[in-house]
Amino acid sequence: MFIGVDLGSRTIKVVVWQDGKLVDHKIEESGFEPHEQARAMLLPYQPRQIVATGYGRHLAKEHFANKVITEIKAHGMGIHTLLPDVTTVVDIGGQDSKVITLNAKGQVANFQMNDKCAAGTGRFLEIMAASLAYPLKDFGPAALESDQAVQINSMCTVFAESEVISLKNRGVPRQHIAKAVHSSVADRIVAMLNRIGFGESVAFSGGVANNPCIVQMVRDRLENVQVTVPENPSIIGALGAAIAASQVSKS
Amino acid sequence: MNTENFEIKAYPEMWESLNMDVERFDKMRLMLGEIYGKTYLTQKNRPNSMAYFDNMIAEIHGGRIQELLNAKKEGKPVVGTFCVYIPEEIVLAAGGVCVGLCGGSQGSVPDAEKILPRNICPMVKSAFGFKAGRICPYFQAVDFVYGETTCDAKKKTWEILNQMVPTYVMEIPQTKKPSAVDMWLSEVKDFKTKVESIAGSEVTLDKLEEAVKVMNNKRKALQRLNNLRHADPTPISGKDVLLIEQIAFYDEPVRFVAKVNSLCDELEQRIADGVTVQDSSAARIMVAGVPMALPNWKLHNLVEGAGGVIVNEESCIGTRYYKDLMKENTGDMESILKELTRRYMQIDCSCFTPNDERIDQVLKEYKESGAHGLIHYSLQFCHTYNVEEVKIRKACEKQGIPYMFIESDYSPEDVGQIQTRVEAFLEQISE
Repeated sequence: MFIGVDLGSRTIKVVVWQDGKLVDHKIEESGFEPHEQARAMLLPYQPRQIVATGYGRHLAKEHFANKVITEIKAHGMGIHTLLPDVTTVVDIGGQDSKVITLNAKGQVANFQMNDKCAAGTGRFLEIMAASLAYPLKDFGPAALESDQAVQINSMCTVFAESEVISLKNRGVPRQHIAKAVHSSVADRIVAMLNRIGFGESVAFSGGVANNPCIVQMVRDRLENVQVTVPENPSIIGALGAAIAASQVSKS
Repeated sequence: MNTENFEIKAYPEMWESLNMDVERFDKMRLMLGEIYGKTYLTQKNRPNSMAYFDNMIAEIHGGRIQELLNAKKEGKPVVGTFCVYIPEEIVLAAGGVCVGLCGGSQGSVPDAEKILPRNICPMVKSAFGFKAGRICPYFQAVDFVYGETTCDAKKKTWEILNQMVPTYVMEIPQTKKPSAVDMWLSEVKDFKTKVESIAGSEVTLDKLEEAVKVMNNKRKALQRLNNLRHADPTPISGKDVLLIEQIAFYDEPVRFVAKVNSLCDELEQRIADGVTVQDSSAARIMVAGVPMALPNWKLHNLVEGAGGVIVNEESCIGTRYYKDLMKENTGDMESILKELTRRYMQIDCSCFTPNDERIDQVLKEYKESGAHGLIHYSLQFCHTYNVEEVKIRKACEKQGIPYMFIESDYSPEDVGQIQTRVEAFLEQISE
């Protein structure tokens, strides 16, 4: 039995990998002591190896993990195992957005990651949803209902929020603003894809892939490209780490 | 020397006499000492000869300042600099001293932002803030600051800086056309007159020939160091070499050369004995781009903390400072000034257009350093390096060189993200 733990900025994910299969997984919101919480999530298992990834990976290694890999490698490995034909991974997590290209062996060939701020990340969508009084899970579906194009120009979370507020106060219905927010994120993802180059098969991973509007908008912007969302996109990083754990033991 | 007993020495009376904000500066001294201890003295297997450079940091705010003040007492000009474009030979020939000014720390940025716009280069802000806050003894000790026109932020900041400390500006050409070379030659001559007026004596041919030799020796010693670190496995960490490249800008050049050369002797022995600082499997990284002014060790610390090792800095604080030598014994003043102009026009700063020789230089150094990957490093709002990055990236893609671009400043807020990117880059190279 091998375990991958992804200590992300918003949630902790655990994947249990046994005999070449995903046998169990868990997701919990990260609290104040992510390593303690992760350790508690691991209590029921007796793994041979634990590999940690995500923001808290080094903390996990100090306390219980055998090895760390970056989120970039982990998402690449996770997607490659589930979807071997995919050449490009779009991972949008709570704090980062990344585009990762893979070679035929599923190894990272190149990647791009947002720099300093929360622009284009899950956190950006959370703040915008809150500003429009949507529960996060309703935010994407609401935006899909809008048929009107308004523009949000700023990708900075702080400035974009001001734009959202001024649109609200001009009486623009909130689903149109929601759509504009989603468009701006999708544009940013596609810009990252264009900068790094992508193949014919793109897959999403990370929690934001659960947002149907983001996925639809990216799909619409990429012609002749297959865009796939795995069944449980949030756990792809932990899955990659679990697979890495199984490989550590082999070598 | 270990982390516990390392401290940057305090000279409060001297600082007082230099009209510094002593209380605040003393806190910065303690912080710098702590960061230095953590970053440098925890390294394993350092060459013994690094002890001299550790001491240069311990004395950065005292011993070296005293030397500058002594020079001033003897009537020698002390010039504060920021740029590898200063013709150091002329200052040395006048018996003077060049010192690189402080400009690599977040600590002084808020002082600058009280006056300057926020969205300009952090190096310019940091340097300006050190003067505005009276928290850099070098700024307080110099006769004048040498400024240049390599970027817009600098050239406009000099006007404001000049209200606090005399700032002399040399115009740096933006192209390498013959007319630009002529213009630079006349700038060099003007600079010579300026230095002579402060020294109160003429820069003679003999003295200038002597200074050319001193500077050539300095550049050769640094070249020797850089060649030795290219050994695989490398006998010295990238952090240590960066430190020496930083100290090159404020140490006394003859002593510095002797110390670098004795370090090089030790490194030759280490290479023969197979002594190294990292696992032989460590990913070797070359850095190219903007200068990392003391104490900007952010990227080196992250790369080497993640198990990689930096084997080359293509930067002003790096090879751009020492790759070009001057011909010696030119014979007459006009020829030597022309030779000096020729040498300085070789500098491939991104302020030039076009600047394709820099692309070739980056590729050449990549090959010579035996690196496995290249990180282009730019400071935020450094438009010329940030735009030139596009061409460096293309050239690396064409050569199949693993490549990453990092744009950052001196603040710690992006360390988490840069760490993830650096680690992923090292994973990518090792696969």
